[in-house]
Amino acid sequence: MIEINNLNKSYAVGQNKLHVLKGINFSVKSGEMVAIMGSSGSGKSTFLNILGMLDEADTGSYVLDGTPIKQLNETTAARYRNQFLGFICQSFNLISYKSALDNVAMPLYYQGMKRQERTERAMHYLEKVGLANWAEHLPNELSGGQKQRVAIARALASDPKVLLADEPTGALDSTTSYEVMDLIQEINDEGKTILCVTHERDIAQMCRRIVHLKDGLIVKDESVDQVRAKNALNV
Amino acid sequence: MFSLERWHEIFETINKNRLRTFLTALSVASGIFILVILLGVSTGIQKGVQSEFEQDAANRISVWTGTTTKEYNGLNPGRYIQLKNEDYVLIESNYDDYLEYRTPIYSIWGGAVSYKDQNGTYRVEGAFPDQQFIENETMVQGRFIAQSDLDQTTKVAVIGHQMKRDLFKNEDPIGAQIDIQGINFIVVGVYSDPGGNREENRIFIPLSTAQKVFNAQDRLRSLAYTVKMSDDFDQAVALSSALSEQIDKDLRQKYSVAPDDRSAVRVNSTLEEAKRIYGLIDTIRGVFWFIGIGTIIAGIVGVSNIMLIVVKERTKEIGIRKALGALPWSIIGMILQEAIFVTAMAGFIGLFLGVGLLELVGPMVDSAFIKYPQVDFATAMTTVVVLILAGTLAGFIPAQRAAHIRPIEALRDE
Repeated sequence: MIEINNLNKSYAVGQNKLHVLKGINFSVKSGEMVAIMGSSGSGKSTFLNILGMLDEADTGSYVLDGTPIKQLNETTAARYRNQFLGFICQSFNLISYKSALDNVAMPLYYQGMKRQERTERAMHYLEKVGLANWAEHLPNELSGGQKQRVAIARALASDPKVLLADEPTGALDSTTSYEVMDLIQEINDEGKTILCVTHERDIAQMCRRIVHLKDGLIVKDESVDQVRAKNALNV
Repeated sequence: MFSLERWHEIFETINKNRLRTFLTALSVASGIFILVILLGVSTGIQKGVQSEFEQDAANRISVWTGTTTKEYNGLNPGRYIQLKNEDYVLIESNYDDYLEYRTPIYSIWGGAVSYKDQNGTYRVEGAFPDQQFIENETMVQGRFIAQSDLDQTTKVAVIGHQMKRDLFKNEDPIGAQIDIQGINFIVVGVYSDPGGNREENRIFIPLSTAQKVFNAQDRLRSLAYTVKMSDDFDQAVALSSALSEQIDKDLRQKYSVAPDDRSAVRVNSTLEEAKRIYGLIDTIRGVFWFIGIGTIIAGIVGVSNIMLIVVKERTKEIGIRKALGALPWSIIGMILQEAIFVTAMAGFIGLFLGVGLLELVGPMVDSAFIKYPQVDFATAMTTVVVLILAGTLAGFIPAQRAAHIRPIEALRDE
């Protein structure tokens, strides 16, 4: 699904060059659920941004589902993002003046889907995350956990190849975190490929594989026995 | 571009930010409102001045004489320069090709006129038939002075409409006998003058008759001409002023009058005056457009400014949209369309208010120099075009700014 070879990225900081990613080789198979861990400054955010086509690497190759991702202009990047990727962020990033349903329907709008079909599909995904009764509510009428569920529904709505989650539980208490992880695990069980950046070990343990980043390099890549969030909840 | 979906988006944003939209709209609406009022007033001024000129033919040249005030060629000041029939003949023979209508005039002010028991004092003018066209008179009844009247020195009179109302009330004046300074005249016609009542208080009689009954011999009070108009206004003005200059020169030479003695010989070209006034109107119009456009620019800057704030405020939202796959042009389109929509709506409201006010108040305005202030269709359409352009301009920079928002920065957690 994802093939990355010798990825390099550096930023100009004043006169100096800050080498953030120093040759990353990484591949993810379809249906995997990978946690990316690392302390701050390890380059994990930059890595995720490149994966999410929000930023471009200096050198190295990135192939997503057989499509080489290179020399993106804004338009093609936007199109690829819409087709291939779903984003889940720490701060949910819902549009505050739109209802939960409209938020979920947003990526479909940019696919050019008709309003009625859009609404139906968005409703379907809201049901999936258990918020069908909250469809007409605005984000600020929802709890943190509910907001993240709406964000997950939105990420799923365009039926992307890969879900990219950036600290999806960072703003939630542990019970809610586990509920959200439970949902993400269910989605993974259905075969969706998921990449999850986190610095919390218990959250990482809920994935199937953990990649450790340090100083711009992958220092450790391990498979783990997945801890089911549902079990953690019942403890 | 004009999909229902987009409109839905725009109405939603506007609805969510009513105060902001209202304030923006207010600045544009007042700009257009002021422009429309200014244009209406300038049209009113134009009409007012035009109607002032309509009382006489616009291409008129008038010649008067008076008393010399300057010594010239050893002649003392204080001489009265008397125009005679021969002067008229001389000018006509010299410049016949350039003249359209012509008449010598002998007139008396305060002529006592009576009909039965009604009487009044009016200006009595002895003139040629051409006087009708030079004074821009329209016949209401009967006829004007004819050449045969001049030849036979008949005692006929053409009276103004106002005179008819004063002397005859509801009687038919044609064929009636009136008394002018103790001499009987037959009324043959009634005229009306676009200049109104003041100009309709004159009575025209044949020049030959006037000179005879008032014992004027071959003396004249003034001369009046119109120059032949060509299609080119500037050319006509040039001809008119050259002609009046030449006539002026001829008369001064003949009567030995100092070239700068304005009171002894006066030759006046209405066309030249008209050109000056029309030039002034153009200037006023230009200034009004300038002020109006300036006001609109202030409005545009306002809209642009507010849209920039909007973009700033919505940076995160736009970032999210882009992350979800919004194409750059769809962001530009969204901001631009909102700006155009807001300016256009506000502008139309201002336009309608302005036109409405003019329609309401316009007919009540009746000053000498402003008449029926109005905005014609073409002007209204121009302002509409200005509006659409303004909206596009106002939205363009903010839209560009929005399109360049990088989702990575917008999505970064605080």
